[in-house]
Amino acid sequence: MDDTTLKIKVRRLNFWYGEYRSLHKIHLDFSEKKITAIIGPSGCGKSTLLRTFNRIYELHRNQRIEGEILLNDDNILDKNYDVGKLRAKVGMVFQKPTPFPMSIFNNVAFGVRLYENLSHALLSERVEWALRQAALWEEVKDQLSYNAEGLSGGQQQRLCIARAIAIRPEVLLLDEPCSALDPISTNRIEELLLALKKDYTIITVTHNMQQALRIADFTAYFFLGKLIEFDTTDVIFNNPKNEGTLRYVSGEFS
Amino acid sequence: MRLWTLEHSRQLINVIGLGFCLVATAFVLFWLLWILSNLFYEGLRDFHFSVFLQMTPAPGEPGGLANALWGSLLLTTFAILVAIPIGVLAGTYLAEFANFSWFAAVTRFVNDVLLSAPSIVIGLFVYELYVKSVGHFSGWAGVIALAVIALPIILRTTDDILRLVPVNLREASAALGAPQWMTITHIVFRVAKRGIITGILLAIARISGETAPLLFTALNNQFFSSDLNQPIANLPNTIFKFAMSPYADWQRLAWQGSFLITLWVLYCNIVVRLFFKSSGVIR
Repeated sequence: MDDTTLKIKVRRLNFWYGEYRSLHKIHLDFSEKKITAIIGPSGCGKSTLLRTFNRIYELHRNQRIEGEILLNDDNILDKNYDVGKLRAKVGMVFQKPTPFPMSIFNNVAFGVRLYENLSHALLSERVEWALRQAALWEEVKDQLSYNAEGLSGGQQQRLCIARAIAIRPEVLLLDEPCSALDPISTNRIEELLLALKKDYTIITVTHNMQQALRIADFTAYFFLGKLIEFDTTDVIFNNPKNEGTLRYVSGEFS
Repeated sequence: MRLWTLEHSRQLINVIGLGFCLVATAFVLFWLLWILSNLFYEGLRDFHFSVFLQMTPAPGEPGGLANALWGSLLLTTFAILVAIPIGVLAGTYLAEFANFSWFAAVTRFVNDVLLSAPSIVIGLFVYELYVKSVGHFSGWAGVIALAVIALPIILRTTDDILRLVPVNLREASAALGAPQWMTITHIVFRVAKRGIITGILLAIARISGETAPLLFTALNNQFFSSDLNQPIANLPNTIFKFAMSPYADWQRLAWQGSFLITLWVLYCNIVVRLFFKSSGVIR
Protein backbone atom coordinates (compact mmCIF):
# COMPACT_ATOMS: atom_id res chain seq x y z
CA MET A 1 0.00 0.00 0.00
CA ASP A 2 1.44 3.39 -0.90
CA ASP A 3 1.46 6.27 1.51
CA THR A 4 -1.97 7.75 0.77
CA THR A 5 -3.68 9.13 3.84
CA LEU A 6 -5.90 6.79 5.76
CA LYS A 7 -9.26 8.47 6.16
CA ILE A 8 -11.08 5.91 8.25
CA LYS A 9 -9.44 3.34 10.49
CA VAL A 10 -11.52 0.59 12.02
CA ARG A 11 -10.06 -1.08 15.08
CA ARG A 12 -11.37 -4.12 16.99
CA LEU A 13 -14.93 -3.44 15.90
CA ASN A 14 -17.69 -5.70 17.20
CA PHE A 15 -21.39 -5.30 16.54
CA TRP A 16 -24.44 -7.06 17.95
CA TYR A 17 -28.08 -7.15 16.92
CA GLY A 18 -29.52 -8.20 20.25
CA GLU A 19 -27.70 -11.43 21.07
CA TYR A 20 -26.47 -12.03 17.55
CA ARG A 21 -22.93 -10.89 16.86
CA SER A 22 -22.75 -9.66 13.31
CA LEU A 23 -19.24 -8.16 13.20
CA HIS A 24 -16.18 -9.83 14.72
CA LYS A 25 -13.12 -7.77 15.66
CA ILE A 26 -12.91 -5.89 12.39
CA HIS A 27 -9.59 -4.23 11.58
CA LEU A 28 -9.65 -2.24 8.36
CA ASP A 29 -8.34 0.98 6.80
CA PHE A 30 -9.92 3.14 4.14
CA SER A 31 -7.73 5.37 1.99
CA GLU A 32 -8.59 8.95 1.31
CA LYS A 33 -10.07 9.87 -2.08
CA LYS A 34 -10.23 6.29 -3.25
CA ILE A 35 -13.14 3.97 -3.85
CA THR A 36 -13.25 0.97 -1.54
CA ALA A 37 -15.78 -1.77 -2.22
CA ILE A 38 -17.06 -4.12 0.46
CA ILE A 39 -18.19 -7.41 -0.99
CA GLY A 40 -19.43 -10.72 0.36
CA PRO A 41 -22.48 -13.00 0.43
CA SER A 42 -25.78 -11.96 2.04
CA GLY A 43 -25.66 -11.62 5.78
CA CYS A 44 -21.90 -11.21 6.00
CA GLY A 45 -22.11 -7.85 7.72
CA LYS A 46 -21.27 -5.48 4.87
CA SER A 47 -24.21 -3.13 5.35
CA THR A 48 -23.82 -3.37 9.12
CA LEU A 49 -20.24 -2.15 8.82
CA LEU A 50 -21.20 0.67 6.49
CA ARG A 51 -23.89 1.84 8.85
CA THR A 52 -21.45 2.19 11.71
CA PHE A 53 -19.55 4.88 9.85
CA ASN A 54 -22.29 7.43 10.30
CA ARG A 55 -23.86 5.83 13.37
CA ILE A 56 -27.17 5.45 11.60
CA TYR A 57 -27.72 2.24 13.54
CA GLU A 58 -28.52 4.46 16.54
CA LEU A 59 -31.99 5.00 15.10
CA HIS A 60 -32.86 1.42 16.00
CA ARG A 61 -33.08 -0.42 19.28
CA ASN A 62 -31.19 -3.44 20.55
CA GLN A 63 -28.01 -2.74 18.67
CA ARG A 64 -24.67 -2.64 20.41
CA ILE A 65 -21.21 -1.70 19.28
CA GLU A 66 -17.70 -2.04 20.68
CA GLY A 67 -14.35 -0.91 19.36
CA GLU A 68 -13.09 2.19 17.62
CA ILE A 69 -13.66 3.89 14.33
CA LEU A 70 -11.22 6.69 13.68
CA LEU A 71 -12.20 9.39 11.23
CA ASN A 72 -9.26 11.73 10.72
CA ASP A 73 -7.87 10.10 13.87
CA ASP A 74 -10.89 10.96 16.05
CA ASN A 75 -12.92 8.10 17.44
CA ILE A 76 -16.46 8.65 16.17
CA LEU A 77 -17.87 6.05 18.54
CA ASP A 78 -16.85 8.16 21.50
CA LYS A 79 -19.83 9.40 23.52
CA ASN A 80 -18.63 12.95 23.19
CA TYR A 81 -18.35 12.92 19.43
CA ASP A 82 -21.29 14.91 18.13
CA VAL A 83 -23.32 12.75 15.80
CA GLY A 84 -24.61 15.78 13.88
CA LYS A 85 -21.05 16.83 13.06
CA LEU A 86 -20.29 13.26 12.07
CA ARG A 87 -23.14 13.16 9.60
CA ALA A 88 -22.03 16.48 8.14
CA LYS A 89 -18.74 14.83 7.26
CA VAL A 90 -20.01 11.39 6.32
CA GLY A 91 -22.88 11.24 3.86
CA MET A 92 -24.92 8.20 2.96
CA VAL A 93 -26.91 7.02 -0.04
CA PHE A 94 -29.24 4.07 0.50
CA GLN A 95 -30.18 1.10 -1.60
CA LYS A 96 -33.67 2.29 -2.34
CA PRO A 97 -33.84 5.89 -3.60
CA THR A 98 -35.50 8.03 -0.92
CA PRO A 99 -36.54 11.40 -2.31
CA PHE A 100 -38.22 13.64 0.21
CA PRO A 101 -41.82 14.64 -0.54
CA MET A 102 -40.87 18.09 -1.76
CA SER A 103 -39.49 19.83 -4.81
CA ILE A 104 -36.18 18.81 -6.38
CA PHE A 105 -34.67 22.09 -5.26
CA ASN A 106 -35.79 21.63 -1.66
CA ASN A 107 -34.53 18.08 -1.61
CA VAL A 108 -31.01 19.15 -2.45
CA ALA A 109 -31.23 22.25 -0.25
CA PHE A 110 -32.53 20.30 2.76
CA GLY A 111 -29.12 19.32 4.11
CA VAL A 112 -27.52 22.64 3.24
CA ARG A 113 -30.15 24.55 5.20
CA LEU A 114 -29.31 22.46 8.25
CA TYR A 115 -25.76 23.70 8.43
CA GLU A 116 -25.51 26.98 6.58
CA ASN A 117 -27.52 30.16 6.43
CA LEU A 118 -27.14 30.97 2.77
CA SER A 119 -28.85 33.67 0.78
CA HIS A 120 -31.19 32.39 -1.88
CA ALA A 121 -28.66 33.18 -4.59
CA LEU A 122 -25.88 31.25 -2.88
CA LEU A 123 -28.22 28.38 -2.07
CA SER A 124 -29.31 28.15 -5.69
CA GLU A 125 -25.68 28.08 -6.73
CA ARG A 126 -24.99 25.25 -4.33
CA VAL A 127 -28.00 23.28 -5.54
CA GLU A 128 -26.91 23.71 -9.14
CA TRP A 129 -23.38 22.68 -8.26
CA ALA A 130 -24.56 19.54 -6.48
CA LEU A 131 -26.91 18.58 -9.29
CA ARG A 132 -24.13 19.08 -11.84
CA GLN A 133 -21.79 16.91 -9.79
CA ALA A 134 -24.46 14.23 -9.71
CA ALA A 135 -24.92 14.48 -13.49
CA LEU A 136 -28.56 15.43 -13.03
CA TRP A 137 -28.56 19.16 -13.72
CA GLU A 138 -29.24 19.03 -17.45
CA GLU A 139 -32.26 16.81 -16.94
CA VAL A 140 -33.93 18.78 -14.18
CA LYS A 141 -32.74 22.37 -14.50
CA ASP A 142 -36.15 23.52 -15.76
CA GLN A 143 -38.09 21.44 -13.26
CA LEU A 144 -36.52 22.36 -9.96
CA SER A 145 -39.86 23.20 -8.41
CA TYR A 146 -41.43 19.91 -9.43
CA ASN A 147 -41.97 17.19 -6.87
CA ALA A 148 -38.96 14.89 -6.65
CA GLU A 149 -41.20 11.85 -6.47
CA GLY A 150 -42.00 12.28 -10.16
CA LEU A 151 -38.46 11.40 -11.22
CA SER A 152 -37.45 7.98 -12.49
CA GLY A 153 -35.59 5.54 -10.24
CA GLY A 154 -32.19 6.33 -11.67
CA GLN A 155 -32.84 10.07 -11.47
CA GLN A 156 -34.06 9.74 -7.88
CA GLN A 157 -30.89 7.95 -6.90
CA ARG A 158 -28.77 10.64 -8.53
CA LEU A 159 -30.87 13.17 -6.66
CA CYS A 160 -30.03 11.38 -3.41
CA ILE A 161 -26.36 11.56 -4.34
CA ALA A 162 -26.70 15.28 -5.12
CA ARG A 163 -28.47 15.76 -1.80
CA ALA A 164 -25.67 13.99 0.05
CA ILE A 165 -22.93 15.91 -1.79
CA ALA A 166 -24.57 19.30 -1.35
CA ILE A 167 -23.42 19.52 2.26
CA ARG A 168 -19.85 18.82 1.08
CA PRO A 169 -19.02 15.79 3.19
CA GLU A 170 -15.59 14.21 3.25
CA VAL A 171 -16.77 10.64 2.96
CA LEU A 172 -19.57 9.16 0.88
CA LEU A 173 -21.14 5.86 1.92
CA LEU A 174 -23.19 3.99 -0.65
CA ASP A 175 -25.18 0.92 0.31
CA GLU A 176 -25.76 -1.08 -2.89
CA PRO A 177 -26.71 2.14 -4.68
CA CYS A 178 -27.49 0.51 -8.01
CA SER A 179 -29.24 -2.69 -6.99
CA ALA A 180 -32.68 -1.19 -7.50
CA LEU A 181 -31.79 0.38 -10.86
CA ASP A 182 -31.68 -0.63 -14.50
CA PRO A 183 -28.31 -1.20 -16.22
CA ILE A 184 -28.19 2.17 -17.96
CA SER A 185 -28.78 4.09 -14.73
CA THR A 186 -26.24 1.83 -13.04
CA ASN A 187 -23.69 2.72 -15.64
CA ARG A 188 -24.28 6.43 -15.20
CA ILE A 189 -23.91 6.20 -11.46
CA GLU A 190 -20.72 4.18 -11.72
CA GLU A 191 -19.26 6.83 -14.01
CA LEU A 192 -20.38 9.41 -11.51
CA LEU A 193 -18.59 7.69 -8.65
CA LEU A 194 -15.38 7.48 -10.66
CA ALA A 195 -15.57 11.22 -11.24
CA LEU A 196 -16.40 11.96 -7.61
CA LYS A 197 -13.50 10.07 -6.17
CA LYS A 198 -11.10 12.90 -6.76
CA ASP A 199 -12.94 14.92 -4.12
CA TYR A 200 -14.48 12.34 -1.79
CA THR A 201 -13.51 9.16 -0.02
CA ILE A 202 -16.02 6.63 -1.29
CA ILE A 203 -17.02 3.39 0.40
CA THR A 204 -19.56 1.25 -1.34
CA VAL A 205 -21.21 -2.02 -0.42
CA THR A 206 -22.02 -4.07 -3.45
CA HIS A 207 -23.44 -7.45 -4.33
CA ASN A 208 -22.24 -7.02 -7.84
CA MET A 209 -18.67 -8.21 -8.22
CA GLN A 210 -18.32 -6.80 -11.70
CA GLN A 211 -19.18 -3.40 -10.26
CA ALA A 212 -16.36 -3.70 -7.74
CA LEU A 213 -14.04 -4.67 -10.55
CA ARG A 214 -15.14 -1.71 -12.63
CA ILE A 215 -14.86 1.08 -10.12
CA ALA A 216 -13.13 0.13 -6.87
CA ASP A 217 -9.48 0.81 -6.08
CA PHE A 218 -9.59 -1.44 -3.01
CA THR A 219 -11.87 -4.30 -2.12
CA ALA A 220 -12.65 -5.92 1.22
CA TYR A 221 -14.15 -9.40 1.28
CA PHE A 222 -16.35 -10.25 4.24
CA PHE A 223 -17.78 -13.59 5.28
CA LEU A 224 -20.03 -14.29 8.27
CA GLY A 225 -19.10 -11.05 9.98
CA LYS A 226 -15.34 -11.39 9.62
CA LEU A 227 -12.98 -9.58 7.32
CA ILE A 228 -11.40 -12.34 5.27
CA GLU A 229 -9.19 -10.35 2.95
CA PHE A 230 -8.49 -6.74 2.04
CA ASP A 231 -6.30 -5.58 -0.83
CA THR A 232 -6.31 -3.73 -4.13
CA THR A 233 -9.15 -4.83 -6.36
CA ASP A 234 -6.67 -6.30 -8.79
CA VAL A 235 -5.21 -8.64 -6.18
CA ILE A 236 -8.56 -9.66 -4.70
CA PHE A 237 -9.99 -10.69 -8.03
CA ASN A 238 -6.98 -12.01 -9.85
CA ASN A 239 -4.68 -13.27 -7.15
CA PRO A 240 -6.38 -13.57 -3.78
CA LYS A 241 -4.36 -14.95 -0.92
CA ASN A 242 -7.29 -16.58 0.83
CA GLU A 243 -9.04 -19.63 -0.53
CA GLY A 244 -12.47 -18.42 0.61
CA THR A 245 -11.94 -15.21 -1.28
CA LEU A 246 -11.02 -17.15 -4.39
CA ARG A 247 -14.14 -19.27 -4.17
CA TYR A 248 -16.37 -16.24 -3.77
CA VAL A 249 -14.88 -14.12 -6.54
CA SER A 250 -14.94 -17.02 -8.94
CA GLY A 251 -18.64 -17.28 -8.37
CA GLU A 252 -18.82 -20.58 -6.52
CA PHE A 253 -21.35 -19.06 -4.20
CA SER A 254 -22.84 -15.63 -3.79
CA MET B 1 -73.48 -40.64 -17.19
CA ARG B 2 -70.84 -38.34 -15.63
CA LEU B 3 -69.06 -39.40 -12.49
CA TRP B 4 -69.31 -37.20 -9.44
CA THR B 5 -65.68 -36.18 -9.02
CA LEU B 6 -63.77 -34.19 -6.45
CA GLU B 7 -63.78 -31.35 -8.91
CA HIS B 8 -67.58 -31.32 -8.87
CA SER B 9 -67.64 -31.19 -5.09
CA ARG B 10 -65.28 -28.24 -5.08
CA GLN B 11 -67.36 -26.41 -7.63
CA LEU B 12 -70.52 -27.06 -5.64
CA ILE B 13 -68.96 -25.75 -2.43
CA ASN B 14 -67.75 -22.71 -4.36
CA VAL B 15 -71.21 -21.96 -5.69
CA ILE B 16 -72.88 -22.44 -2.30
CA GLY B 17 -70.30 -20.23 -0.56
CA LEU B 18 -70.61 -17.54 -3.20
CA GLY B 19 -74.38 -17.81 -2.94
CA PHE B 20 -74.30 -17.19 0.80
CA CYS B 21 -72.02 -14.17 0.33
CA LEU B 22 -74.33 -12.69 -2.27
CA VAL B 23 -77.43 -13.26 -0.13
CA ALA B 24 -75.75 -11.66 2.89
CA THR B 25 -74.63 -8.66 0.85
CA ALA B 26 -78.07 -8.26 -0.67
CA PHE B 27 -79.59 -8.42 2.81
CA VAL B 28 -77.37 -5.64 4.11
CA LEU B 29 -77.81 -3.51 1.01
CA PHE B 30 -81.57 -3.95 1.18
CA TRP B 31 -81.85 -2.44 4.65
CA LEU B 32 -79.34 0.27 3.88
CA LEU B 33 -81.13 1.30 0.72
CA TRP B 34 -84.52 1.16 2.42
CA ILE B 35 -83.34 3.40 5.27
CA LEU B 36 -81.62 5.82 2.92
CA SER B 37 -84.51 6.04 0.48
CA ASN B 38 -86.96 6.55 3.34
CA LEU B 39 -84.74 9.24 4.80
CA PHE B 40 -84.37 11.03 1.48
CA TYR B 41 -88.07 10.78 0.76
CA GLU B 42 -89.27 12.05 4.14
CA GLY B 43 -86.48 14.58 4.40
CA LEU B 44 -86.99 16.13 0.99
CA ARG B 45 -90.80 16.17 1.17
CA ASP B 46 -91.90 19.74 1.84
CA PHE B 47 -88.29 20.76 2.23
CA HIS B 48 -87.93 24.52 2.61
CA PHE B 49 -84.84 26.58 2.95
CA SER B 50 -86.52 28.08 5.99
CA VAL B 51 -85.08 25.04 7.77
CA PHE B 52 -81.78 26.89 7.75
CA LEU B 53 -83.23 30.26 8.60
CA GLN B 54 -85.90 29.84 11.25
CA MET B 55 -85.77 28.85 14.90
CA THR B 56 -87.19 25.63 16.31
CA PRO B 57 -90.85 26.41 16.81
CA ALA B 58 -93.56 25.57 19.29
CA PRO B 59 -95.84 22.84 17.96
CA GLY B 60 -98.22 24.12 15.33
CA GLU B 61 -96.13 27.11 14.40
CA PRO B 62 -93.85 27.43 11.39
CA GLY B 63 -90.16 27.16 11.98
CA GLY B 64 -86.86 25.56 11.12
CA LEU B 65 -83.76 24.13 12.69
CA ALA B 66 -81.45 27.12 12.57
CA ASN B 67 -80.56 27.23 16.25
CA ALA B 68 -80.02 23.49 16.38
CA LEU B 69 -77.76 23.60 13.32
CA TRP B 70 -75.81 26.52 14.71
CA GLY B 71 -75.47 24.90 18.13
CA SER B 72 -74.23 21.67 16.62
CA LEU B 73 -71.76 23.58 14.50
CA LEU B 74 -70.38 25.36 17.57
CA LEU B 75 -70.17 22.18 19.64
CA THR B 76 -68.50 20.17 16.88
CA THR B 77 -66.03 22.92 16.03
CA PHE B 78 -64.85 23.50 19.57
CA ALA B 79 -64.72 19.81 20.36
CA ILE B 80 -62.56 19.11 17.32
CA LEU B 81 -60.31 22.10 18.13
CA VAL B 82 -59.65 20.55 21.54
CA ALA B 83 -59.21 17.01 20.25
CA ILE B 84 -56.86 17.78 17.33
CA PRO B 85 -53.76 19.07 19.17
CA ILE B 86 -53.99 16.45 21.91
CA GLY B 87 -54.69 13.60 19.49
CA VAL B 88 -52.05 14.52 16.92
CA LEU B 89 -49.32 15.25 19.47
CA ALA B 90 -50.06 12.12 21.50
CA GLY B 91 -50.17 10.01 18.34
CA THR B 92 -46.86 11.52 17.25
CA TYR B 93 -45.29 10.77 20.62
CA LEU B 94 -46.43 7.15 20.49
CA ALA B 95 -45.24 6.56 16.94
CA GLU B 96 -41.98 8.52 16.98
CA PHE B 97 -40.62 8.48 20.50
CA ALA B 98 -42.22 5.72 22.50
CA ASN B 99 -42.83 3.20 19.73
CA PHE B 100 -42.29 -0.42 20.87
CA SER B 101 -42.17 0.57 24.55
CA TRP B 102 -44.50 -0.89 27.16
CA PHE B 103 -45.84 2.63 27.72
CA ALA B 104 -46.95 2.80 24.11
CA ALA B 105 -48.58 -0.62 24.32
CA VAL B 106 -50.57 0.37 27.40
CA THR B 107 -51.56 3.74 25.96
CA ARG B 108 -52.72 2.18 22.71
CA PHE B 109 -54.78 -0.34 24.62
CA VAL B 110 -56.42 2.31 26.79
CA ASN B 111 -57.06 4.39 23.69
CA ASP B 112 -58.76 1.47 21.98
CA VAL B 113 -61.00 0.97 25.01
CA LEU B 114 -61.93 4.65 24.98
CA LEU B 115 -62.57 4.40 21.26
CA SER B 116 -65.23 1.75 21.80
CA ALA B 117 -66.70 3.18 24.99
CA PRO B 118 -70.46 3.79 24.74
CA SER B 119 -70.99 7.47 24.19
CA ILE B 120 -73.67 7.67 26.84
CA VAL B 121 -71.14 6.52 29.41
CA ILE B 122 -68.84 9.33 28.34
CA GLY B 123 -71.75 11.76 28.65
CA LEU B 124 -72.50 10.55 32.15
CA PHE B 125 -68.84 10.76 33.04
CA VAL B 126 -68.66 14.41 32.00
CA TYR B 127 -71.91 15.02 33.84
CA GLU B 128 -70.48 13.64 37.10
CA LEU B 129 -67.14 15.38 36.89
CA TYR B 130 -67.99 18.67 35.27
CA VAL B 131 -71.67 19.49 35.14
CA LYS B 132 -72.21 18.66 38.80
CA SER B 133 -69.24 20.70 39.99
CA VAL B 134 -70.13 23.68 37.83
CA GLY B 135 -73.76 23.36 38.85
CA HIS B 136 -75.49 23.65 35.50
CA PHE B 137 -75.67 22.19 32.03
CA SER B 138 -73.68 24.01 29.42
CA GLY B 139 -72.33 23.92 25.91
CA TRP B 140 -68.80 23.58 27.29
CA ALA B 141 -69.75 20.34 28.98
CA GLY B 142 -71.01 19.13 25.60
CA VAL B 143 -67.75 20.23 24.00
CA ILE B 144 -65.77 18.20 26.54
CA ALA B 145 -67.89 15.11 26.00
CA LEU B 146 -67.58 15.32 22.20
CA ALA B 147 -63.84 15.96 22.47
CA VAL B 148 -63.43 12.82 24.56
CA ILE B 149 -65.17 10.87 21.79
CA ALA B 150 -63.15 12.47 18.98
CA LEU B 151 -59.75 12.22 20.67
CA PRO B 152 -59.15 8.44 20.46
CA ILE B 153 -60.09 8.44 16.76
CA ILE B 154 -57.57 11.14 15.94
CA LEU B 155 -54.89 9.60 18.15
CA ARG B 156 -55.32 6.16 16.63
CA THR B 157 -55.28 7.37 13.03
CA THR B 158 -52.26 9.60 13.60
CA ASP B 159 -50.36 6.82 15.35
CA ASP B 160 -51.19 4.29 12.62
CA ILE B 161 -50.39 6.57 9.73
CA LEU B 162 -47.07 7.72 11.20
CA ARG B 163 -45.99 4.13 11.74
CA LEU B 164 -46.67 3.47 8.06
CA VAL B 165 -44.11 6.04 6.95
CA PRO B 166 -41.14 4.00 5.71
CA VAL B 167 -38.13 3.96 7.97
CA ASN B 168 -35.68 4.66 5.16
CA LEU B 169 -37.15 8.13 4.76
CA ARG B 170 -36.29 8.85 8.37
CA GLU B 171 -32.84 7.34 7.95
CA ALA B 172 -32.18 9.48 4.87
CA SER B 173 -33.08 12.59 6.84
CA ALA B 174 -30.99 11.54 9.84
CA ALA B 175 -28.06 10.67 7.58
CA LEU B 176 -27.98 14.30 6.43
CA GLY B 177 -27.69 15.32 10.07
CA ALA B 178 -31.26 16.42 10.78
CA PRO B 179 -32.29 16.20 14.45
CA GLN B 180 -35.26 13.99 15.20
CA TRP B 181 -37.78 16.79 15.64
CA MET B 182 -36.88 18.20 12.24
CA THR B 183 -37.18 14.80 10.60
CA ILE B 184 -40.65 14.54 12.10
CA THR B 185 -41.93 17.99 11.21
CA HIS B 186 -40.33 18.44 7.80
CA ILE B 187 -40.42 14.93 6.40
CA VAL B 188 -42.67 12.53 8.29
CA PHE B 189 -45.59 14.93 8.74
CA ARG B 190 -45.40 15.97 5.13
CA VAL B 191 -45.82 12.38 4.04
CA ALA B 192 -48.49 11.57 6.62
CA LYS B 193 -50.43 14.82 6.27
CA ARG B 194 -53.32 13.39 4.29
CA GLY B 195 -53.73 10.43 6.59
CA ILE B 196 -53.88 12.63 9.66
CA ILE B 197 -56.46 14.89 8.05
CA THR B 198 -58.46 11.79 7.19
CA GLY B 199 -58.54 10.88 10.87
CA ILE B 200 -59.75 14.35 11.73
CA LEU B 201 -62.51 14.23 9.13
CA LEU B 202 -63.64 10.83 10.40
CA ALA B 203 -63.76 12.20 13.94
CA ILE B 204 -65.87 15.14 12.74
CA ALA B 205 -68.27 12.81 10.98
CA ARG B 206 -68.55 10.72 14.14
CA ILE B 207 -69.25 13.46 16.64
CA SER B 208 -71.65 15.33 14.34
CA GLY B 209 -74.31 12.76 14.98
CA GLU B 210 -73.77 11.91 18.63
CA THR B 211 -76.85 12.34 20.78
CA ALA B 212 -76.24 10.55 24.06
CA PRO B 213 -73.19 12.49 25.26
CA LEU B 214 -75.10 15.72 24.79
CA LEU B 215 -78.12 14.53 26.77
CA PHE B 216 -76.53 15.15 30.14
CA THR B 217 -74.16 17.90 29.19
CA ALA B 218 -75.33 20.43 26.67
CA LEU B 219 -78.96 19.43 27.04
CA ASN B 220 -80.95 21.46 24.55
CA ASN B 221 -82.32 24.91 23.99
CA GLN B 222 -85.34 26.21 22.11
CA PHE B 223 -83.72 29.51 21.31
CA PHE B 224 -80.90 30.72 19.21
CA SER B 225 -77.80 31.12 21.33
CA SER B 226 -74.06 31.30 20.95
CA ASP B 227 -73.46 31.15 24.66
CA LEU B 228 -71.66 27.91 25.46
CA ASN B 229 -71.99 28.58 29.16
CA GLN B 230 -75.66 27.67 28.93
CA PRO B 231 -77.47 24.69 27.49
CA ILE B 232 -77.35 25.02 23.75
CA ALA B 233 -79.53 23.71 20.95
CA ASN B 234 -78.11 20.83 19.00
CA LEU B 235 -79.39 18.83 16.11
CA PRO B 236 -79.31 15.25 17.44
CA ASN B 237 -81.24 16.08 20.61
CA THR B 238 -83.68 18.26 18.71
CA ILE B 239 -84.37 15.37 16.37
CA PHE B 240 -84.85 13.13 19.40
CA LYS B 241 -87.36 15.47 20.97
CA PHE B 242 -89.27 16.19 17.77
CA ALA B 243 -89.39 12.60 16.58
CA MET B 244 -90.83 11.36 19.87
CA SER B 245 -93.54 13.99 19.84
CA PRO B 246 -97.09 13.54 18.52
CA TYR B 247 -96.98 16.69 16.40
CA ALA B 248 -96.80 16.26 12.64
CA ASP B 249 -94.83 19.42 11.91
CA TRP B 250 -92.28 18.57 14.58
CA GLN B 251 -91.95 15.10 13.14
CA ARG B 252 -91.40 16.55 9.69
CA LEU B 253 -88.62 18.77 11.06
CA ALA B 254 -87.12 15.67 12.71
CA TRP B 255 -87.01 13.94 9.33
CA GLN B 256 -85.42 16.95 7.73
CA GLY B 257 -82.84 17.15 10.50
CA SER B 258 -82.01 13.47 10.12
CA PHE B 259 -81.68 13.96 6.40
CA LEU B 260 -79.28 16.86 6.91
CA ILE B 261 -77.09 14.95 9.36
CA THR B 262 -76.94 11.97 7.01
CA LEU B 263 -75.97 14.22 4.11
CA TRP B 264 -73.24 15.80 6.21
CA VAL B 265 -71.78 12.47 7.37
CA LEU B 266 -71.98 11.14 3.80
CA TYR B 267 -70.18 14.24 2.57
CA CYS B 268 -67.41 13.88 5.16
CA ASN B 269 -66.86 10.24 4.23
CA ILE B 270 -66.74 10.95 0.49
CA VAL B 271 -64.23 13.75 1.04
CA VAL B 272 -62.18 11.33 3.14
CA ARG B 273 -62.15 8.73 0.39
CA LEU B 274 -61.20 11.17 -2.34
CA PHE B 275 -58.61 12.90 -0.19
CA PHE B 276 -56.98 9.77 1.14
CA LYS B 277 -56.78 8.24 -2.30
CA SER B 278 -54.07 10.67 -3.33
CA SER B 279 -52.16 10.19 -0.11
CA GLY B 280 -48.43 9.93 -0.52
CA VAL B 281 -47.97 7.26 2.12
CA ILE B 282 -49.14 4.24 0.16
CA ARG B 283 -46.35 3.73 -2.31
